[in-house]
Amino acid sequence: MNRRTLLGSAAALVAASALPSFAAEDKLKVGFIYVGPVGDGGWSFQHDLARKAVVEKYGDKVETTFIESVPEGADAERALTQLALAGNKLIFATSFGFMDATINVAKKFPDVKFEHATGYKTAENVSTYDARFYEGRAVMGTIAGRMTKSNKIGYIGSFPIPEVIQGINSSFIHARKVNPNVEMKVVWAYTWFDPAKEADAAAALIAEGVDVILQHTDSTAPLAKAQEAGAIGFGQASDMAAFKPTPRVSAIIDNWAPYYIKRVGEALDGSWKSHSVWLGIGDGEVEIGEITDAVPAEVKAEAEALKAKIASGEYHPFTGPLKKQDGSDWLAEGQKAEDKDLSSMNFYVEGIAAPMPK
Amino acid sequence: MISVFILLLGAATPILFAALGELVAERAGVLNLGVEGMMVGGALAGFAAAHATGSPALGFAVAALAGAALSMLFAMMTQYLLSNQVATGLALTLFGLGLTAMFGKPYEGVKAPAMMAGPLGLNWMIWLGLAMVPVVWWFLVRTRPGLILRAVGENHDAAHGLGYPVRAMRIAALAFGGAMAGMGGAYISIATVLQWTEGMTAGAGWIALAIVVFAQWNPWGVLAGAWLFGGVTVLQLRLQAAGVAVPVQFLAMAPYLATILVLVLISARQKFGRSGGGAAPGSLGRPFHALR
Amino acid sequence: MFRLEPRASAPLGWQIATPILAVLATMFVGGLLFAAMGFDPVAAIRTIFWDPLFGPAAGYSRPQLLVKAGPLILIACGLALGFRAGIWNIGAEGQYIIGAICGAAVALAAYPAEAFWIFPAMILAGALGGWAWGMIPALLRNWFGASEILVSLMLVYVAQKIAAWMAFGPMKNPEGFNFPGSRNLQQYPAAANPELIANSGLHWGGIAAIVALAATWFIMSRHVLGFQVRTAGAAPRAARFAGVRPERLVALCLGVSGALAGLAGLFEVAGPAGQITESFGSGYGFTAIIVAFLGRLHPLGILLAGLLMALTYIGGELAQMMLNLPAATVQVFQGMLLFFLLGFDLLTRYRIRRRT
Repeated sequence: MNRRTLLGSAAALVAASALPSFAAEDKLKVGFIYVGPVGDGGWSFQHDLARKAVVEKYGDKVETTFIESVPEGADAERALTQLALAGNKLIFATSFGFMDATINVAKKFPDVKFEHATGYKTAENVSTYDARFYEGRAVMGTIAGRMTKSNKIGYIGSFPIPEVIQGINSSFIHARKVNPNVEMKVVWAYTWFDPAKEADAAAALIAEGVDVILQHTDSTAPLAKAQEAGAIGFGQASDMAAFKPTPRVSAIIDNWAPYYIKRVGEALDGSWKSHSVWLGIGDGEVEIGEITDAVPAEVKAEAEALKAKIASGEYHPFTGPLKKQDGSDWLAEGQKAEDKDLSSMNFYVEGIAAPMPK
Repeated sequence: MISVFILLLGAATPILFAALGELVAERAGVLNLGVEGMMVGGALAGFAAAHATGSPALGFAVAALAGAALSMLFAMMTQYLLSNQVATGLALTLFGLGLTAMFGKPYEGVKAPAMMAGPLGLNWMIWLGLAMVPVVWWFLVRTRPGLILRAVGENHDAAHGLGYPVRAMRIAALAFGGAMAGMGGAYISIATVLQWTEGMTAGAGWIALAIVVFAQWNPWGVLAGAWLFGGVTVLQLRLQAAGVAVPVQFLAMAPYLATILVLVLISARQKFGRSGGGAAPGSLGRPFHALR
Repeated sequence: MFRLEPRASAPLGWQIATPILAVLATMFVGGLLFAAMGFDPVAAIRTIFWDPLFGPAAGYSRPQLLVKAGPLILIACGLALGFRAGIWNIGAEGQYIIGAICGAAVALAAYPAEAFWIFPAMILAGALGGWAWGMIPALLRNWFGASEILVSLMLVYVAQKIAAWMAFGPMKNPEGFNFPGSRNLQQYPAAANPELIANSGLHWGGIAAIVALAATWFIMSRHVLGFQVRTAGAAPRAARFAGVRPERLVALCLGVSGALAGLAGLFEVAGPAGQITESFGSGYGFTAIIVAFLGRLHPLGILLAGLLMALTYIGGELAQMMLNLPAATVQVFQGMLLFFLLGFDLLTRYRIRRRT
C-alpha cells in the first residue's frame, strides 16, 4: 500500500462518515478560512466583507461559513478538512501560508472546489487568485511624489516578499516620474500587524525627514503617527476612513467581492474551472479609496488619469526603460514586465538607495 | 538625536508601566505571566472609556481598574485556591485576549480622543511613567510597607512567622501590577495607535517580563531595561530608515541575550559571595499556605 | 470561616472527581456566556465536547485529536519530570522550535537524496537540538545559580527570532519564488513523517508520545531516579542527604525535557506542519505547561489533559463553523476551563475545614 492509496481510503472513509450531514442540501455551501480575526480591520476583514457581499448577492442560494484566526500549517489543514466534511463545496483559503494545506486537502476531496489567495500551486480543483497591488501603488506613488515637500517618501514594508517589493518599486518609479528629486526610505517591520511597532516604524521614517508614508502593514498606527507629525499617508487593505481627510489622503483597498461573487456564481451554474488569475484595478479587485481634498485638484486629476490608463490596460506600471538597483538592465524601452518575473521579484529598481534585506 | 530619544521614550512607556507593575508583584514573590492579558484588557477598557467620555485621563484610570480586576482573578486563583502561578498566568493571558476580542467588536474602527500633551513635547503619561520609577523605588526601599512586601517576597514563611500579612501583601502587589499593566496597555491603544484592534499589544507583556529580570528587580533597572528593549526596536527601525543594512533578527534577539547575560552576572556575583543585591526574590513563584 | 488543611495524599476519589467537576462548572458558566451572546448553549457545548468525538464527522476529528494532543503530551511528559523535582523549564516552546530547526536542517542538507538514514538522523538532530537548548539554562543554573525559569523563558524569544531568520535566510526554499519558509518536508519522502495507518492520525510523534508516557510512568514510580526527583521536589535538603546530586538532577531534567520538546518539534515540522516558517512556534510549548499541571504531573493525567485541550481546540473550530461562534468566545471558554481546572484542583490537595 503506497501513500496515495492510504490517502484515498482515508478520504473515502471520512467522506462516508460525514455524508448524513449534508445529504439533503440544495444550497451551495461556501467556506472561508481567515489567517487573522475578522476584526483585524485589514486583510481578513476585507475577505469577510467579500463573503458578506456573496451572501447579499445570492441570498438563499448560498450558505457561508468561516473560521477565523487559523494558524498556518497543520491547523489550516484541519480547518479546511472540517469545512469540506461539513459539506462546503467551494472553499476560499485566504492566506499565502495555507498553500500546501489547500493542495493536500484538495487531493482528498476531488469534488470540492478550492480557491487559494496569493499562492502559486494549482490543481484540477484548486484555483489561485491574487491582486495586482502594484497597480494601486503606482497611483499612491504619483500622489506621494507630488505631495512631498521634503522630497523624501517612506515605505513601511511587512516582509521582504515579492508582493511587497513590487509595491515599493512601483510607488518609487511613479513618484520619481512626477518628481525627479524624490528619495525613498524603506523600513521593514517584519510583521503584518503590530500597531506599536508600526507606529515606531512610521516615527523612524518621520525622523528621517519623510513627510509622506506608504504602508504595507495592516494597522492604522502609521496614520496616527503621521497625523501627529503633520505628515500624510494612505489607507492600506481597507479604506481607513477614520483618518480622512488628512493624514489619510487616499487608500489602496483590497476588494475581493467581485471575484468572490463571480466564482460563487460559476460554482452555482456549474461553469467553475480551475485557473490562476492576477486581477488589478481594471477588474475592480484593487480599488483606490477616495482622494481627499487635502490633495490639490491637479494632482488628483493626474492620479485618476493614471488609474484610468492602468485600468484600461493602456499602461503597465512596470514598463521600460528600467534598471535594477545595481545598475544592470532589466526592461528595455517600452518592454513590459512579465508576470513570472514580477511574481518572484527580489530586487529594487535603480534609484532606491535602501539595501535589500538579506 | 533628540528626536530619537523622544521616539524611544514613547516606545518604552507601555513596557515601562507593565514592567514596573510586574516588578512589584515579583518582589512580593508572585510570578504573574498574565501581563499580556492584563495589558490587552487595559488597552480595550481604557480605549472604550476614553472614547465614551472624550477624556484620555479617565481612560487611563479605567484601564488601571480593568487591569487590576483581571489581576484579582489571578490573585484569587493563586492566593486562595493555591493554583500554580505559571499555569494560571498563561491562562490569564489566554482569557484576557479572548475577552477583549469578544467585547472589543463595537470599538473597532473608532478613533481615540486627542492625547494630553505635556511639557517638552512629551505627553503626560510619559512623564507619569518616568515619575513612577522613583516612586516605586522609594516605596520598596524607604517605606515600612515596602520593607514588608520585600520580606514577604524573600521568605514568606519567615514573614508569616513575624506576623506579616503575606496574602494581603501579595494581593495588593498583584493589584498594583495589574493596574500598571492596564495603563501600559492603554498607552498603546490611546496614545500610540489611537484605535482599538484585537490583540494589539502584540507581545509587549512578554517583553515586560523580560525587562523585570534584566532590571535585577530594581526600578531603575526597569527604566534602563525599557529604554534598552524599546531602544533596540527604535534604533533598528531608525537605521533602516537611514538606509543602513541591519540584521534585524539578530538585533531583535540581542536584548534577550543581554538579559540572560545580566542574570548570569548577578547570579554569579551572589553565588560566589561578593554581594547579595540583585538576585530573584527568594520565594518567587512558590505558593504560600499558612499552616496556622 | 473556613480554612485549608493539606492532605497527606490525594484521595483517588477527589482526583477523579475534581476534573469532572471543573468541566461541568465550565459547561455551566460557559453555557451562560453563550446564552448571553445569543447562542444556543446546549448546542454550543455539545459541538465543543461531543461532536469531535461522536458527531457526524467524528471519523475525521477523532484522529485529529491525536495529531493535536501528541506534541502536547510529548512535551508535557518531559516537563512533568522537572516540575516534580522543582526544576522549572518554562522554555519548552524554544526547545520545540530549535529541535524542529535542527531536524529540518538535516533533511534540507540531504535533499534530494533518498536514503533510509535520513529520517533517523533527523530524529537524532531534533532531540539533540532540543536537548542543547534545554542544557543552556541547566548549565547556567549549575555554574552560576541563574534562575532556569527566566533563562529558559528568554531563550524562547531567541529561538523565535532564529526561526524567523531561518525562514527568510538560510532555509528559504530556493524554488519558493522568494516567499519565506523552507521546503515542505511532507513532499520529500525520505524526510516526511506521514500518517502510519490510514486515517488514524498516528504519526511517529504519536508513537513517541506513547513511549514517553510509559517511560515517565516507569521512571516516576519504579525507578530510583523517580524517587530522587520526588524527594528533590518535596524536600530539597533531605534529598541531599539521600545522595541526590542536585546539579546532575538539574542537567538531567532540563536535558530530557528539552530533548522531548525538540522531538515534538521535529515530528511536527516533518509531519503536520511540513516546513519551517517565520511563525513555526505556535504555542505548543506553553500549552504543554498547562497540560502538565492539569494532568497533575502524572502520565495518565497528562494523557487525559492533552486530549482535553485538543478537544477544546477542535471542538472550538467546529463551533465556529457550525454555530458561527466567534473565535474570541471560544478562547474565553478555553480560558475559563483552565481556571476552573486549576482552581478545583485545590480540593485534591487540601481538605476544607470549618475554622473552630
